[in-house]
Amino acid sequence: MSIFAPASTPAQSIVDLSMFVLGITAVIFIVVATLLVYAIVKFRATPANADREPAQVYGSTQIELAWTIIPVLIVIVLFAATARVIHAIQDAPKPPTALEVTVIGHQFWWEYRYPAFGIVTANELHIPVSDPSRPKPTFLKLLSADTDHSFWIPQLAGKTDLIPNRINELWMDPHRTGIFLGQCAQYCGTQHAKMLQRVSVDTAEEFDAWVRAQQQPAVHAVRDESAVAGRRVFETTACINCHAIRGTVANGRFGPDLTHLMSRATIASGAAENTPENLRVWLKDPDAIKPGSLMPAMKMTDPELDALVGYMQSLR
Amino acid sequence: MSSDVMAIHSARVDAPTWGETLHGWVTTVDHKRIGLLYILFALLFLVIAGSEALVIRIQLMYPHNDFVSPQVFNRMFTMHGTTMIFFVAMPILFGFGNYLAPLMIGARDMAFPRLNAFSFWLSALGGFLLYFSFLGGSGLYGAGTAPDVGWWAYAPLTARAFSPGSSADYWTIAVLVSGFGSVGTAINLLATIVCMRCPGMTLNRMPLLAWLFLTMAAMVLFAVTPLTAAQLMLLIDRYLGGHFFDTQAGGSATLWMHFFWIFGHPEVYILIIPCFAFMSEIIPVFSRKPIFGYPVMVAATVCIAFVSMSVWAHHMFTIGMNSYANSFFAITTMAVGVPTGIKIFNWLGTMWGGRIQFKTPMLFSIGFLFQFLIAGLTGVMMASAPFDWQLGLSYFVVAHFHYIIVGGILFALFAAFYYWYPKVTGRMMSEPVGKLHFWLFVIGFHLTFDPMHFAGLFGMPRRIYTYEPGRGWDAINLIVSIGAFIQAAGVLVFVANLILSYWKGARAGKDPWDGWTLEWSVSSPPPAYNFATIPTVASRRPLWDLKHPEDPDSRYE
Repeated sequence: MSIFAPASTPAQSIVDLSMFVLGITAVIFIVVATLLVYAIVKFRATPANADREPAQVYGSTQIELAWTIIPVLIVIVLFAATARVIHAIQDAPKPPTALEVTVIGHQFWWEYRYPAFGIVTANELHIPVSDPSRPKPTFLKLLSADTDHSFWIPQLAGKTDLIPNRINELWMDPHRTGIFLGQCAQYCGTQHAKMLQRVSVDTAEEFDAWVRAQQQPAVHAVRDESAVAGRRVFETTACINCHAIRGTVANGRFGPDLTHLMSRATIASGAAENTPENLRVWLKDPDAIKPGSLMPAMKMTDPELDALVGYMQSLR
Repeated sequence: MSSDVMAIHSARVDAPTWGETLHGWVTTVDHKRIGLLYILFALLFLVIAGSEALVIRIQLMYPHNDFVSPQVFNRMFTMHGTTMIFFVAMPILFGFGNYLAPLMIGARDMAFPRLNAFSFWLSALGGFLLYFSFLGGSGLYGAGTAPDVGWWAYAPLTARAFSPGSSADYWTIAVLVSGFGSVGTAINLLATIVCMRCPGMTLNRMPLLAWLFLTMAAMVLFAVTPLTAAQLMLLIDRYLGGHFFDTQAGGSATLWMHFFWIFGHPEVYILIIPCFAFMSEIIPVFSRKPIFGYPVMVAATVCIAFVSMSVWAHHMFTIGMNSYANSFFAITTMAVGVPTGIKIFNWLGTMWGGRIQFKTPMLFSIGFLFQFLIAGLTGVMMASAPFDWQLGLSYFVVAHFHYIIVGGILFALFAAFYYWYPKVTGRMMSEPVGKLHFWLFVIGFHLTFDPMHFAGLFGMPRRIYTYEPGRGWDAINLIVSIGAFIQAAGVLVFVANLILSYWKGARAGKDPWDGWTLEWSVSSPPPAYNFATIPTVASRRPLWDLKHPEDPDSRYE
């Protein structure tokens, strides 16, 4: 997750700028620290000089001018380099080929909407790789449903906050496929720490396949006995107030969309792996995995829990 | 007035009872006693907020640790930050200003002694209110809690929807009340330094400490008032149905950020400028040379005061400001580094060609110089807005500002304690124990805050109560936590030195360091009226003139 392992154009230009700034500050440090160490060693009190005061020097206009003008010049250089990168990243035009995704921050999970495809998903973002010869950048529109959050995948782009009543933008054009991790960077409440992010950068084909799969409604998958019972539990308890499963009566918006829950590697915004055991623990007592999460414990019986886990497993 | 006081003193034979002593301290309007009250109050809260930091560090020692719950952790970092800024750093610096400024400008007290006492007790009330939240925070349903909104209390987390109960109100009102106290003391310092200088002490001859506290006091007036206004607006939102920051009703979250940081950034300079003041008094004395470039030091300070009022939104590079705003705040922030750099160069110029004595105050000053240099340079990195899009809100920022606040401010404060303790108590602090304190603290400080930079570079955000293993953060966090405990040990050594030296320390006499400013011309501790006759000065170093009549400073200034 190091910021010095960039995998996209904006992250790369930040690293280039960082190296320049680090270089200049390192030189300043070495020069000043050397002078300080020299002064401390050279001008220390010794028995030889104990009996007299050193020459009383009050200042020097030339020296003051020198150490004013040199820093001013350094600032000008640093600023020019900085302004260039600010402009290059922030004012980059959006190409017509760009993928648009709306990110909505919630306490304490991420909602992802793909308006062009009619997809709603949560916590795990899928975006296509961007080949430099045929760029396919992703432009994120950042919104918040409640408090401030911040979107930060260090290897793909700098962070940008999600602020209620405000629309922010962020773009990235990943140069290679893979899983990129990050997490909410702006303190958003009790479970700020477990608002984790996973970005899967797919090849064009993988991405298209993923989109097609996500566009399917879920109902057709419901076959076996326990899943049917689980669906009944789901639809007759408060689950549907917060969660949506496309193609069923469940259309809540407060919690993550569960239509294709099994296509995700994690649950609870990355707090646990998506296994039947973890799902069961999570459904029984969310606080066991993520204390302070806004999902309530529904006080279900063991058979109900088993059925519900079965239903969740059918949401492929 | 002073002769009355003396008459009363000579008439009394019995030592005062405990009740009388306590009554004397509570009702005092003497600037020295109020200064000490400020300092003792701040030391109490330093220990409390330091303990909160230790809770944080124990929790973060290992990934998925469950020493405390997320709720408790969030309260701990909120209380740690709020306490350290508002109830440790501010009062302790006001305490030093209160004690030293009148003595160094040859005055008998502050301009408004009663306002002085009132301001202190307001600050104290604020501190106790903040901590009362542990009992009363949840309001009527009994189980109290402290605020958990972070020390910036970003909207809309402070809205009733996200912070029910009263815990956020304790934060608001504590900060509001102490803000009034800060403004009162700032007015007092301004009036005192402008109006009450002794004959001969022109602005051009004031000790740098007086200049720097004057600048700091002026900044308090401009920086604290927007914060006070914002707190009132927040209370209106929470209780009178206002919508300034209530995003659910069309309010603006970024408005709060602007209000907070237009206080919050100058605040950093409000805290560091008095520490520049300590450095500018201590480094010359232990280098045996006058400060290098006095007029430039004054100009740089005033320049910092002005420029630092225009840098606040560098705390907000990640909120999606447009490229022009980001560029503006990048250049102003880099620009403030120039006068700050000039100060470091001038201290270096002061040491250059001197005869440096490595007494404990000087050791802490040298620590300050190196650490403040690094803190300034990491500040330049974050001024580069795109770099900040990676570094901001990460542990790199936590490392950076603790480098300023601990490596800079606290080191300067320790230097000031060792330097002026003999004046205040009449006793020297122990040198060997002081050196032990210094080395423990230097080692603890660097173990804690150096690795923290790397946690940020590896993508660790701040304010998380736990973290996933295997992200390259595990070893770093363990080292940081160990460092925190070494620092705590250093503080214990310091407190022991403070207490034991009061009885066991060697007698200091008037002028143990062979100093040059007026406070060293009176007895230790100084009499209630400071100066039996108001002194007259002819240069910036009146005691140098006195000790070297053949070669007085007044000849060159």
